[in-house]
Order: sequence, then C-alpha cells, then structure tokens
Amino acid sequence: MKGKTVPVLVVLGIIVVIWYICTVWKNAAWVQDQAGRDGRTVGFGELVTATMALERPMLPAPHQVAAALWDGIAGQAVTSKRSLVYHGWVTLEATLAGFALGIVLGVSLAVGIVYFRVMEMTVMPWAVISQTIPIVALAPMIVVLSNTLSLGEALGLENRLVSKTIISAYLSFFPVLVGMVKGLRSPDAMQLDQLATWNASGWQSFLYLRLPASMPYFFASLKVAIAAALVGAIVGELPTGAVEGLGARMLVASQFGQPLLMWASLFAAALVAGLLILGVGALQRAADRAMGVRA
Amino acid sequence: MSGLWLAIVFWIAAWGANVWIARRARGRIVALVPPVLFGLAVLALWEGAVRAFGVPEVILPAPSVVMATVGANLGLLWGDFVQTIVKGAFSGYAMGVGAALVVAVLVDRSPLLTRGLLPVGNFVAALPIVGVAPIMVTWFGFGWQSKAAVVFAMVFFPVLVNAVAGLTAADRMHRDLMRTYAAGYWTTLFKLRLPSAMPFIFNGLKIATTLAVIGAIVAEFFGSPTRGMGFRISTAVGSLALPMVWAQIFVAALSGTLFYGFVAMIERRVTFWHPSQRVRG
Repeated sequence: MKGKTVPVLVVLGIIVVIWYICTVWKNAAWVQDQAGRDGRTVGFGELVTATMALERPMLPAPHQVAAALWDGIAGQAVTSKRSLVYHGWVTLEATLAGFALGIVLGVSLAVGIVYFRVMEMTVMPWAVISQTIPIVALAPMIVVLSNTLSLGEALGLENRLVSKTIISAYLSFFPVLVGMVKGLRSPDAMQLDQLATWNASGWQSFLYLRLPASMPYFFASLKVAIAAALVGAIVGELPTGAVEGLGARMLVASQFGQPLLMWASLFAAALVAGLLILGVGALQRAADRAMGVRA
Repeated sequence: MSGLWLAIVFWIAAWGANVWIARRARGRIVALVPPVLFGLAVLALWEGAVRAFGVPEVILPAPSVVMATVGANLGLLWGDFVQTIVKGAFSGYAMGVGAALVVAVLVDRSPLLTRGLLPVGNFVAALPIVGVAPIMVTWFGFGWQSKAAVVFAMVFFPVLVNAVAGLTAADRMHRDLMRTYAAGYWTTLFKLRLPSAMPFIFNGLKIATTLAVIGAIVAEFFGSPTRGMGFRISTAVGSLALPMVWAQIFVAALSGTLFYGFVAMIERRVTFWHPSQRVRG
C-alpha cells in the first residue's frame, strides 16, 4: 500500500496541472473578449489570474471547485436545500436501496444458476443482454410506470425513490450475479467429495462450503456493484424531473448556468462514490475477521 | 382471458422443453434454443397479460403494438439511430479508445506512472462520469459533437486502465526471449506486449460499448437537435406516447447488443489463442 502513495500523488499532480492549463486555455477567449470591449490588452500574467477567478467560467479552476464543494458541504446547514450533504443523502438513499435490491436479486439468481442447469442456460444469456440495454433509455419509462401504478405509495415510499431504486438495482445486480456464480462454483471437486464423505446434506454443503468460499468473490463484485448503483441513482435523477439529489442538482445548475455548482455536485458525487467503496472495503475486512481469515 | 391461458400454457411448454434440452443436449446451436424459448415465453406472457387485463397503452403497451410502431416509423427510428448511435456514440467511442490506447503506451514507458495510474484510473472509472453531460453540452453545443465528447470521457478511463494493466501482462520469460532475439522496444511492443494485452484491452472495449450508448443517450437529455433517441424518448414520455418510447428502447437494446456482439466477435478473432476463447468440448 505504501509503495503506491508516491506514484498516485504524482499522477494526481499531473492531472491537476493539466486541468489548470485547460482552465487558462478554455477561459482565455472570454477574458480577451471582455478586455477587448474595454479597449485593454491583457498580458500573460493577468490572463492567467483572470481566467481562474471568473464567476461563470467555461472550466473552473480546481481551487474554485474545491471552494464551491467546501461551501456546499460545510458552509450550509445540513437541512438546507443548498447543502450538498442534503442532496447527497437523497441520492445515497436511492443508491443503498437499489444496492440492497441488486444484491438480493443477484445472489438469488446466482444460487439458482449454480444449482439448476436450466436456469443457467435460459437466464444467463438474458442477464448478459440486459446489461447491453442502455438503462437510461428505460429510465423515463420506469418513472412513468412507477408513478402511474403508484408503486411508491403502495410501499409507503416516495415514487421518485422507487424509480431510482429500480434503476440502481438493474445496474448493480449483474456484477453480483457474475461474481457469485464464480464464487459458489469455486470449491473444487475434492472439497465437495470431502463433504459427501461426511454425509453432509445439500443444504449443509451450501452453508459450510460454497457460501464461505464465495465471500472473496462476493466482496470484489460488491465494489463494482456499489459504484454501478450510484451511477444508476444519479442517472435516474437526470431525466425524471427530480428536484432533489446530486443528479438533479447538476441538471438545475446546468440549466441556470452555474458551472461552479455543477462541478461541485459532480465532485460531491465522486466523494460519495469513494466513501461507498471504502465502506465496502471496511465491511469486507470485518467479514474476513469474523470468518477467521488471516490478514 | 383465453389469451392469458394460452400464454401460460406456452410458458410451461417452453420451460419443459428447456429442462429437457438442459438434461441431454450438448453443442453450440442447441445452446441457443433455451434462451430464445425463454425470451419468447416472456413476450407471450406479456402480450397475454396486457390483453387479458386490458392494461392501458399509457402504462404498458403490448409487444405487438410496439412492433407495429417500429414498423410504421422505420424512417424516423433510422434518423434517430444515425444521430445518436452512429454520429454520437461511434465517433466518441473511436476517439476515446484511440486516445486511451495512445496514452496507455506512453504511460507504460514509466513504471512510476503505471503504478500511480492504476489506482487513480480504477477510481475514476467507478465515478458517475455521465454527470459531465451538461458540461459537455455547454462546451460543444447541442449537436452530436457534445454527445461524442461525453462518450469520450466515459470510455477513456475503463479502456486506459485495462490497457495499462494488459501491457504488464506479458511473461517475464517471453520478454527475455524477445531480448535474446535482440528485439527493440517497438518490435517487442507490437509482436509480444500488445498481443498479450489484447484480452485485457477487449475487456475494456466491451465495457465501453455499453457506456458509449448510455452516454450518447443521456447527453441528449441536456439539449439536442430535434432528433436523436434520447430526445425522442424524453418528448414521447412527455406526451405519453409509450409505444414510441418502447420502440426506441427496442432500437437501443438492439443496437447495444449488436455493438457488444460485434466487439466480442472481433475479440474472438484477435485473441483466439486465449483460454477463455477455446471452444469447450
């Protein structure tokens, strides 16, 4: 882990430098234009400082985004509609609900596929095809369906949450399915034979051999699935006329021409993604300890 | 009601046939039958249920209605397809993949950058990059260029990470062999390292196909000319023309699957030597 810190910092540094150069390049036209109207000419030094302090830049400088992000997270009351924590929570809710649904769906399909050859032959190809279907094409549809059927009211939830949850679950079940099929099949014939000599029932060999053996695969696929669930929740907010959530925040900011807010929401989403992946990692370590895996 | 019963009977018959096939049949063509039967059974059940319960078209149109809409609007659908998939997704995909491969080869020359790029790239690849769509629309306008830019941003990192990982995949032994042949950097790159990176690169390319289609459609929700699949879907949902929405979904699903299948086919040709491509007996 320690061997990676320096290279990662170098790469991040390069990205930030490229970003600053792009900021100057993208915003230069606007600054030149303004100066031209005032009949001034701008020198290079002035150009650089001016491009990084615009209120509505084409591309905000990294420190501007950081400031906007900080203001959105720490500068507002958590319950305020301007707080990114508030909008992040709305998105997170849908992400976690979809993630949970995706896990249930993925694991149960995987168990079916491992135990029944018919299911492997019929369901597996469709699971693959389902991922090549652009879910966003379905997003507005799912929203209309869950609104007209009032699925949410039936469950005592908001309709918008239901549609986002469905989209998240659709994106996140596939990695879990693939990982669990691999994981449940990972015990080799010798281990299965061993259980057979102990006269273990099918249920016991599932519980004591296949399930524990699948855990590393399970957690690896969870990391992919949680990221996919977040993408699903954000995509679910974009075309659905949502007013709350990070995706909705981006949409509103773009429509009202507030690039700083848009970039801040984008990075807030990145922050949420990072926290979620770390969370899954912590969960994995806890599960490893509980199951007696040696580090 | 009889339609529903017919559909249920068909479902059970198809299930029975699949169980029978799963028990005894082997071979590639036969393996195609169960999923096709399953798909048909789902469609039959959908059609039967919609008819039997009189589900209104604004909630869920029957498959036959959707197909009729597809048939009646071929010209319109083709225009949307060209705008979104050909102009937006394909051009962005080509540029993103090309740029990622070039950057991968450049980065590969420095071990420091390679080690740093993998974690950063993996993290960026997990981010909801689709959020850059509104930014790209403000930068490049409503035309297909902004859609291509979104697709570029979405496919770049998954392909880059896979390509960089793939370039490190060649065996120590194979590299030493190239050295004993006195092969230079470029010869080693083209004859050994790029070919052995291909399974990884194609993994990235296949992930990127889906992302490309998603990116092109989502970007249209933020502004587009009056054609394109994303534009058509959002306006059709607005006017509750659900058969049209489903017709677009059908086209999107078909083009997504074909795009993926096409890349997978090239993969089979290029990496025929890899264990994952060997035909099982």
